[in-house]
Amino acid sequence: MTAMEFEVQLLAVVVAVACALPGCFLVLRRMALLSDAISHSILLGIVLAFFWVQDLASPVLIVAAAATGVLTVALVEALHATRRVKEDAAIALVFPALFSIAVLLIARHAGDVHLDVDAVLLGEIAFAPLRRFEWNGVDLGPRSLWVMGIILLLNAAFLALVYKELKLSTFDAGLAAALGFSPVLLQYAFMSVVSVTAVGAFDAVGSILVVALMIAPPAAARLLTHRLPLLLLLSALIAAASALLGFHVALRLDASIAGCMAVATGVLFFLALLLAPERGALARILLRHRQRLEFAGLMLTIHLLNHEGTPRASEENRLGHLPEHLRWSRDFALRVARHVEREGLVIQGPGDRLELTPLGREAARHLMVR
Amino acid sequence: MKPEPTREGDGRRPGPGRRGPEGRGRGDASGEEIDRTSPAIEVNDLTVAYREQPVLWDVDVAFRHGALTAIVGPNGAGKTTLIQTILGLVRPAAGRIRILGQPVREGRRSVAYVPQRGSVDWDFPTSVLDVVVMGTYGRLGWFRRPGRREREAALEALAKVGMEAFAERQIRQLSGGQQQRVFLARALVQEAPIYLMDEPFQGVDARTERAIVEVLSDLRARGDTVIAVHHALQTVPEYFDDVVLLNVRRIASGPVPQVFTEENLRTCYGGRVPFLHAVAGPPGAGSPAPGAGSPVPGPGSSASSSGAAPSPRPGASARPADGSA
Repeated sequence: MTAMEFEVQLLAVVVAVACALPGCFLVLRRMALLSDAISHSILLGIVLAFFWVQDLASPVLIVAAAATGVLTVALVEALHATRRVKEDAAIALVFPALFSIAVLLIARHAGDVHLDVDAVLLGEIAFAPLRRFEWNGVDLGPRSLWVMGIILLLNAAFLALVYKELKLSTFDAGLAAALGFSPVLLQYAFMSVVSVTAVGAFDAVGSILVVALMIAPPAAARLLTHRLPLLLLLSALIAAASALLGFHVALRLDASIAGCMAVATGVLFFLALLLAPERGALARILLRHRQRLEFAGLMLTIHLLNHEGTPRASEENRLGHLPEHLRWSRDFALRVARHVEREGLVIQGPGDRLELTPLGREAARHLMVR
Repeated sequence: MKPEPTREGDGRRPGPGRRGPEGRGRGDASGEEIDRTSPAIEVNDLTVAYREQPVLWDVDVAFRHGALTAIVGPNGAGKTTLIQTILGLVRPAAGRIRILGQPVREGRRSVAYVPQRGSVDWDFPTSVLDVVVMGTYGRLGWFRRPGRREREAALEALAKVGMEAFAERQIRQLSGGQQQRVFLARALVQEAPIYLMDEPFQGVDARTERAIVEVLSDLRARGDTVIAVHHALQTVPEYFDDVVLLNVRRIASGPVPQVFTEENLRTCYGGRVPFLHAVAGPPGAGSPAPGAGSPVPGPGSSASSSGAAPSPRPGASARPADGSA
């Protein structure tokens, strides 16, 4: 691994984790779509600030972009407050307007600068190590690594500082307001953090993939845990894993690193969706399967109890009779019989007679009186 | 009579920060104590509108100290809005609210709020204990983290509502009644002298209902004030001391025996009164005759008292009885 490859991977992990941390609260606050809006509209801030300072490396760009992000949130909320449009519609009205102005400005006035659309959409993480941060002639590493590192620290510090307040206002904004923690203030502080993160990450992975990094890892982690601290930790781990996975796949395929990182977040989310221990699709299928078997088993004990000791018992309480009487397939009847036997509710008598154990009789009676 | 501010406006709840073994000792009214002769919460000429649609219209009501007060009225009567305005969650179009003699911004620190269950996302990744600890956040203020003391207070509150065994559960595993008890416990740890509850009995199981009733009587025994939006009219006389009949306007308010009359209920509910047969208390038991006028000051101060104002129900502008003293 060359030094440059190492730097790109380190940057990718830092970007991913910096995005995933505020992303957790975006997902919990049901504001995922707002990250999409912010990551687009910040472009306007970047373009306007660039026209002013004529320097792509200036920190003014970050400040201006973050301000546009907060402006986006304010406009969305103002539009929503009119109650003429729903929140999703308000988002969809605001950010394309700001984004398209930015695109027009680039096309008209910045044709010769490298602010081209490819860079905007996908970023250029592979070239990030080329722009160095030098101080007194000493090379201190890639500039964007410093920027994103600082943003990551800021995000972590912000969440640590107002963890309690953010949690409360996310869970119950009414109580937060009643206790004197202004949900509006928290909202704007949080959205500023999201905006700054989006600006920083924009440089590395482009405006669209920021959304994938902010939303997919927390959404995957949400399927894996019901504890907030663990949610934050798992999101960060999944984000970091996506970054590394994406980098190596991109190297193999000779494809866009940022694109592969986004695909990796999607793949990991899909795996979580499939395999999560409690909320995953597989777990649900297994649960439904087991419940069906259990229910059928109880039905069987009731059937056996009903006919127990009657003249027709030897006829009714046979395994071979079940498909006819309970309308089960032969195969399913066999599985149910095996299940109740395992549970100790029924034993197989001579022939294919089924007989209740005392435990099974008890269970069936209990069900009948309920 | 204007209630005097009982404390300098530091925004904290009145009384010493924690309860000693002798309770809050409301008998010995020291300088730090609440002035119990004035109302716990006083609402004057309150009008609240959502987009020019009045939800509360010129409402005057005073909530007695140490009483359990029910707010009843039909759907859309503005019951929840009244509570949320008192908490400062809804901005009134006009009117004045005093909580223990203080304006809402300071006074609401003295209020513990039990919102409707459905107002939060119960799928939020957190535990029962954690939700109850949230009640201590107001005391902690910005940036300070809850510690062992807060967790112990939360466990104690959970025990009071019979939920201590559920402390470590995820909140999404709770039944409706258990959710309600968790919210009640969260309000209890706020250790506030006033409790505002939005339909605490709504759709709960019998066990939860008993637990809430028990907590309410504990609170009354301690001298705390409880104000609850309530739907089941038949339990009002059993559970509450005072009642406010609300339907955009205040129809009547005061002690249950005097105010909770068939006539008032008919005025409030527009003739269709649920469970009217179950309502005890003959009309006019020691109360002023209907239409005798209201001792609550205010009508003169508001131009919209009657006439020009659209009356939501026929006869709603009449204020039959007012037992609030």
